[in-house]
Amino acid sequence: MNFTAEILWSDRLVFLLLAACVASTWYVRQHEHLLLPWRRVAKSATAMVSLLVLFLFLIVGFLDSLHYRVALPEKSGGETVYSPEVLSVFDKLAEPLRTHTEKTYSAPLAVTLYAKESIADAQGNVVRDYPRLKYGGAHLANAGQRDGDVLKRALTGVVLGLLAGLLIALLLKQWLKQSEFLLRPLLISILIITGLIGMTFNLAAAYHVLGTDKVGQDVLYLSLKSIRTGLIIGTVTTLVTLPLALLFGIAAGYWRGWVDDAIQYLYTVLNSIPSVLLIAAAVLMMQVTIEMHPEWFDNSAARADLRLVFLCLILGVTSWTGLCRLLRGETLKLRELEYIQAAQAFGVSSFRILTRHIVPNVMHIILIALVMDFSGLVLAEAVLSYVGVGVDPTMISFGTMINGARLEMGREPMVWWALAAAFAFMLVLVLAANLFADAVRDAFDPRLNRSE
Amino acid sequence: MIAYLIRRILYAVPILVGVNLLTFVLFFVVNTPDDMARMQLGIKRVTPEAIEKWKQQRGYDKPMMFNRAASGTGKVSDTIFWQKSAGMFVLDFGYSDDGRSISREITKRMGPSLAIALPTFLIGLVVYVTFALLMTLFRATALDIAGVALCVLLMSISGLFYIIGGQFLVSKLWHLVPISGYDGGMGGLKFVVLPIIIGVVGSVGASSRWYRTIFLEEIGKDYVRTARAKGLSELRVLFRHVLKNAMIPILTGVVVVIPLLFMGSLLTESFFGIPGLGSYTIDAINAQDFSVVRAMVFLGSALYIVGLILTDISYTMVDPRVRLS
Repeated sequence: MNFTAEILWSDRLVFLLLAACVASTWYVRQHEHLLLPWRRVAKSATAMVSLLVLFLFLIVGFLDSLHYRVALPEKSGGETVYSPEVLSVFDKLAEPLRTHTEKTYSAPLAVTLYAKESIADAQGNVVRDYPRLKYGGAHLANAGQRDGDVLKRALTGVVLGLLAGLLIALLLKQWLKQSEFLLRPLLISILIITGLIGMTFNLAAAYHVLGTDKVGQDVLYLSLKSIRTGLIIGTVTTLVTLPLALLFGIAAGYWRGWVDDAIQYLYTVLNSIPSVLLIAAAVLMMQVTIEMHPEWFDNSAARADLRLVFLCLILGVTSWTGLCRLLRGETLKLRELEYIQAAQAFGVSSFRILTRHIVPNVMHIILIALVMDFSGLVLAEAVLSYVGVGVDPTMISFGTMINGARLEMGREPMVWWALAAAFAFMLVLVLAANLFADAVRDAFDPRLNRSE
Repeated sequence: MIAYLIRRILYAVPILVGVNLLTFVLFFVVNTPDDMARMQLGIKRVTPEAIEKWKQQRGYDKPMMFNRAASGTGKVSDTIFWQKSAGMFVLDFGYSDDGRSISREITKRMGPSLAIALPTFLIGLVVYVTFALLMTLFRATALDIAGVALCVLLMSISGLFYIIGGQFLVSKLWHLVPISGYDGGMGGLKFVVLPIIIGVVGSVGASSRWYRTIFLEEIGKDYVRTARAKGLSELRVLFRHVLKNAMIPILTGVVVVIPLLFMGSLLTESFFGIPGLGSYTIDAINAQDFSVVRAMVFLGSALYIVGLILTDISYTMVDPRVRLS
């Protein structure tokens, strides 16, 4: 099959971030003193387990960031034309989930639609009944067999998953035998996770595990797709926050005087506007700009994607002030220390003092602030999308899922699965991020006394 | 004290000017009024005359900052900046797109906002501090660890979940209070109870955890050891000494938000159908009513600055060492 790689703007930023991560990991590995706090992180069981969970989310997000477009069947012209629909590697892997769309809502693991319809039976009589789903449980002759089948599939799935998990755990144990990792909680959680994944896989092959939404899309697929949006909001934003906060914070602290005054004025002004309102105002303006320039985008995915990147930019511009203030305070403290004064006395240039002495010594603050911010940003996305100033409505995200499902609360019986799925996925992601952030803070904060 | 206050207020002026300029740039320079007119009237098939008419009706047909055509003070005052932005300094917010006075809407909607926000704030403060004190009292025991774990769990849950879950459980399943609505006076009580509870529960995790760190920092200090050495009970140490001394860091975070209570909460108000400033803002955002959003941005920052000044004053009240000069 012919296809062309489509690299969206957010993909580029994801690759950039990934490259930065790999580079810094490599750098840290070379330096024992930088590795030390990470060893402390590795000793914390909660940190390693939450890192494992985050890692799974990252894999899904990354696979979902490799975009391509399929070539359309060739017409007489001879020139290959590519479909305007942008797909990702993840979409390809989850193709059954993506393409098996029902007519409308159906409950998790259901074999029938959620609402009654008039259907003609074999004799031609029209009856009001719940019509069978096109895909969910289609292999069953009658709906009554469902419970047994679900149980059988779930059990085989769990067993297969556990077997795979056992294999991974054994390999990992061999590999990490010499290291100081706390292995037991990690191995147990690997088993739990693979068991869950196995069960979901096996069930998803024949059912809609988390039901379907209004237009019949599989909720599990939507939830997995939302991960990328959440991760991008949480990580790409730091690409904006970091340079701004680092540059302004250190400049204000190091040079003081009018530079400090100007920067302080700037961040007081930005800070004094309630952040939701500032974001709303900026996003409204961005919407107008995007509406005015339809020629910038060749397809709707590119347009939704650019809006996502802009949203990250806006979130970054409105949220650098906190980190900036921390960095300014720390730099003010550092510049009075003897080794900086010694460097100044030796005639070392300001630029060199900043890069050699100040920046490395504020790195722990930056790292702590970045990991702490991540979860807040993921939660903010949902709220902003609800308010109407979040991601593009066509983009799948936790916010748009909640927003779409919220209106169905009033139905009887209630359509709860889309909401529950979005909240559950978000909870797992944010909880893992919070726990990991706590461990990182504990390991890097020099104010905490440690008896080591 | 008075001199200090006056200086602080004067210092607030350049910040408000900055906010005003920022909103002006955001709303009028990034996208010209022409763009906005086209957006509002529909992108396609819009005639230049229609745009001109739209601009004229809303007073956007003037030059941005400087009017060469006018004479005298009109050079400055007959511009978009002067008419739309500068007026906000004297709290003249102009008219919304549906032709109503924004200032009047604001005064009308402040009450409902406050009816939710103020009780949420006060009850929340008591609950969070109590919870944090309890965790401090049982520090380093299983209770404390369980408390912190609960906090982390609670703060990992989306705020939307608390609202949607609360509405579902209390209003829909148990039929205790109406799902949404608002009424003035005592009759409104049944409408505000649920939003207040949800508001308190929604931030119990983050806040209690924060107060706990503050208390733990205080409890390591020398005066606490002295107080214990002279034989005070742990409870007395906590309430008489630690709580009092922790007031400064607590006030820093708390007093700033008091004026912002007027603005209400965007989410709570729109979910519960409370006619406050929060839902006003949301409606304006959804209707793309730029003048209302602009007014709310300015009002919000003005209130925040008031909060900063109040914070400074409150320091002198709880800490006799602080002298404002």
